Amino acid sequence: MTLFYALIALGSLALIFGLILGFAAVRFRVESNPIVDQIDTILPQTQCGQCGYPGCRPYAEAIANGDEINKCPPGGEATVKKLADLMGVEAKPLAGGEQADPVKTVAYIREDECIGCTKCIQACPVDAIVGATRQMHTVLIDECTGCDLCVEPCPVDCIDMLPVKETKQTWKWQLNAIPVTQVD
Amino acid sequence: MEKLIDQIKQGKVWSIPGGIHPPGQKLQSTTQAIARLPLPDKLVVSLKQHIGANGKLIVEKGQQVLKGQALTKPSGNWSVPVHAPTSGLISDICPMPSAHPSALPELSVIIEPDGEDNWCELNPVTDAKALSHDELVDVIHQSGIAGMGGAGFPTYVKADTRKAIEFLIVNAVECEPYITADDMLMREHADGIIAGIELMQQLLSPQLTIIGIEDNKPDAIAAMEQAAQHNDSIIVQTVPTVYPSGGEKQLIKLLTGKEVPSGSIPADIGMLVQNVGTLFAVNQAVHEGKPLIERVVTVTGNTIHKQGNVWALLGTEIKHLLDCQGFSPVPQQRVVMGGPMMGFTLPTVRIGVVKTTNCILAPDHQELAEPGDEKACIRCSACADACPASLLPQQLQWFAKSKEYDKLNEHNLFDCIECGACAYVCPSEIPLVQYYRVAKAEIKEQQAEQIKAERAKERFEARKERLEREQEERQNRHKRKPAAKSDGEKQKVADALARVKSKSDDKDSKSAVAAAIARAKAKKQGAELEPDNSEVAKERAARKEQARKYKEQKALEQGEEGVDKDDKKSAVAAAIARAKAKKAAQAAEENTSAETDAAPKDDKKAAVAAAIARAKAKKAAQATEHQTEADSAPVDDKKAAVAAAIARAKAKKAAQAAENQTEAEEDSAPVDDKKAAVAAAIARAKAKKAAQAAENQTEAEEDSAPVDDKKVAVAAAIARAKAKKAAKEQAQSDDSSQQINDSNDEADAKPQSDVPESSEDKKKAAVAAAIARAKAKKAAKEQAQSDDSSQQINDSNDEADAKPQSDKPESSEDKKKAAVARAIARAKAKKLQQEGNDKS
Repeated sequence: MTLFYALIALGSLALIFGLILGFAAVRFRVESNPIVDQIDTILPQTQCGQCGYPGCRPYAEAIANGDEINKCPPGGEATVKKLADLMGVEAKPLAGGEQADPVKTVAYIREDECIGCTKCIQACPVDAIVGATRQMHTVLIDECTGCDLCVEPCPVDCIDMLPVKETKQTWKWQLNAIPVTQVD
Repeated sequence: MEKLIDQIKQGKVWSIPGGIHPPGQKLQSTTQAIARLPLPDKLVVSLKQHIGANGKLIVEKGQQVLKGQALTKPSGNWSVPVHAPTSGLISDICPMPSAHPSALPELSVIIEPDGEDNWCELNPVTDAKALSHDELVDVIHQSGIAGMGGAGFPTYVKADTRKAIEFLIVNAVECEPYITADDMLMREHADGIIAGIELMQQLLSPQLTIIGIEDNKPDAIAAMEQAAQHNDSIIVQTVPTVYPSGGEKQLIKLLTGKEVPSGSIPADIGMLVQNVGTLFAVNQAVHEGKPLIERVVTVTGNTIHKQGNVWALLGTEIKHLLDCQGFSPVPQQRVVMGGPMMGFTLPTVRIGVVKTTNCILAPDHQELAEPGDEKACIRCSACADACPASLLPQQLQWFAKSKEYDKLNEHNLFDCIECGACAYVCPSEIPLVQYYRVAKAEIKEQQAEQIKAERAKERFEARKERLEREQEERQNRHKRKPAAKSDGEKQKVADALARVKSKSDDKDSKSAVAAAIARAKAKKQGAELEPDNSEVAKERAARKEQARKYKEQKALEQGEEGVDKDDKKSAVAAAIARAKAKKAAQAAEENTSAETDAAPKDDKKAAVAAAIARAKAKKAAQATEHQTEADSAPVDDKKAAVAAAIARAKAKKAAQAAENQTEAEEDSAPVDDKKAAVAAAIARAKAKKAAQAAENQTEAEEDSAPVDDKKVAVAAAIARAKAKKAAKEQAQSDDSSQQINDSNDEADAKPQSDVPESSEDKKKAAVAAAIARAKAKKAAKEQAQSDDSSQQINDSNDEADAKPQSDKPESSEDKKKAAVARAIARAKAKKLQQEGNDKS
């Protein structure tokens, strides 16, 4: 008889916990791998495809699945370092041998040469080029990620990648001080 | 609260942590009153002299401006206008080096003073108490006032705060060495400052206003106390001289004992700090209507002869200030904007004074030595003791060096006010503040990048979504479209069948389309032509007679001219023409009989048929008439005769064409509804044209002559090509080949008429014409293959024979080129026809 009660007690406990776990699995379901989101925030989001994946998120997913972390030239060494910290692997130099600290660029359309073919508009991953057929196109500098993807499709080669202009906001102090020495 | 106010009123002053005591160096610049300078040669007014957005430019290059006239209009967040500091001419508006350590160019208005110094119309407020809160804020806003203590925060934003303000704190501390601008302003304009304070009190209604002045400015304290006597809510509080007690948060701590929490602003704890200079500007703006166009600047340093304070117009180049005060630079002279602690070395002295410029320091090498080499940190913690914000400068320094930005954030780097006290006390001469500044800039940049990356991600995803949606839509459209098409096609097929049926039901009365065409043609022929057949026949007979006479006459004339060959040919042509005219007359008669037969069948249809018949009859009549006209006209050269012959032939052909064409249309309609409709329309137009052409070829040329422009020429070429296509189809389906001959003739004639045009004008038209001609040839070939060389062909061949020869003399008279082209085209057409005949 005692054995019977014990079985019932244990069985009902198992059932209750099972239900709780089942509910939790549905209620607190994680849609995607959280590590992918973390990697994605580290990546520079230029959506340039230089890593070989169509955008930053696919590369983040690939890294989560064990791909190399040094395939992001726009991110430079800083990104590789952060990814290495996050993934717990050794930081490596960039796979393509690109410079460690990449110069930020934005696309610039030489507007009088533009023939209005819309090919660059189709290539832009972030819709940063505005224009219409047979109309001049131009780049929204604030939205341009400097991914280079629009340069290649241009039939008249009127797109340049220019380094981002320094403004007062992005300007950095040189390391020289204005110390005051005692004049006695 | 009451207790706190009581304490303050009793003169209690709290203390701040850290702080240093650098030598004041203020006495040398307080010996003289604030000087007025002569007008500079030019003023460089930067559009951005404050924190926030630029105003919108409302003046243009070459414009004359008056002193105090607004140059920009506030737009967007935190934007304040700038005003013309004196009257003069705007010589340029371009980016100029700005008052920033980088001297990065900033859009500036360059004014050449005219020396008049004429004020614009000022609107001083007589009774400020009567102004509403918003009106007063607007006056401050439009006057372009921004914090003059150093940060340049728009004053109207502060004045318009929605938070309850308990303490209005007036910053008259001026703790940085050398600077005495506020000191001198208080000494000379204490009343104005108090008036400004009262305006602020009106706006903010604080419980208490505290003016904090360092105890090294006894004159200023006395002046302010004197001026503030009448107002109980204003307290002048003397604070000990310690650097940096003039920092906003430090001053609040000193005067009220309260601390502004990290990351919040003084207004969050009911405090508002205003600089004395700003308050004076507010007073000027409200009570005198003068916008902010000048400020007190301390010009000091050992290389300056006349150290002191000056009223500097905004935009005055630093060089002008230095020159006016006597400047004898030393080698590698540095000129610092701001004080020795927080100021920055100017890359150039050709920079305009801005709203935040309180001091120009031109030190020699003794007073402000070049920084020595940075040595290793010895962990003496002097920096931590000196830090007024209770930070850990040496920790921050290491994190900054190793770029550990998250650690820097953890150690509250952004609470650093960059006062430079730590660097000042450092025995190892480590430029600590510079490290923090660089680190701050890096962190801000990273944050900006993070925000940008986030937006790029959003945009990328939005785009992906959009592309997917578009693709889906496209697929859906593809699915839906075929069904719709099949419906339309069914309808078209049914229509075509119906048409065919109606056609077979009644041959005489063709479809409505044919009727419409016929009607249109009939209209074209003109109303003066009567359908009465007998009259026409009589006329015709008479004309024939006349024509014969004229022909004989002409032949004689030609004989006189002695062109035997031509004479013969033209005689032949005339004979042919006569034969044709007869034929046409017969055809017309037949048509009328057909009309009478068909009439009883169906009222409507019969009417239509009648119309057609009438039209044909008319055409025929016209042709004959024409013949006579052409003949009777005293056109004594052969050309006219030949033309008449051709015209007659064409008129007849056109008459036949009307019938055949409708048939052709019926046949081709089911093949392609749209195409055929277009072709039919063109064919109709052609038929009309043919009729016209028959009347006079020169007329046709005239018609096409005004069609000078490219587009019409091209359109004509296309139309011709299409007409040919229609003709081709028709030729394939029916026996009579005349239409094709006709259209060939047309095609031949038209390009010719186009040729002179195109030679004058456009290449394209010529190309189109060439294509049209090529098509005409093709059509002729096919026709030749399909038919059994009827008499008409022979006729037209004869015509073609006759024409080139008869054209020769004409060419010398007329356009040579056109004639040659015509001759070549016709010769080719003939050849092709002959080839076709040979084959058949």
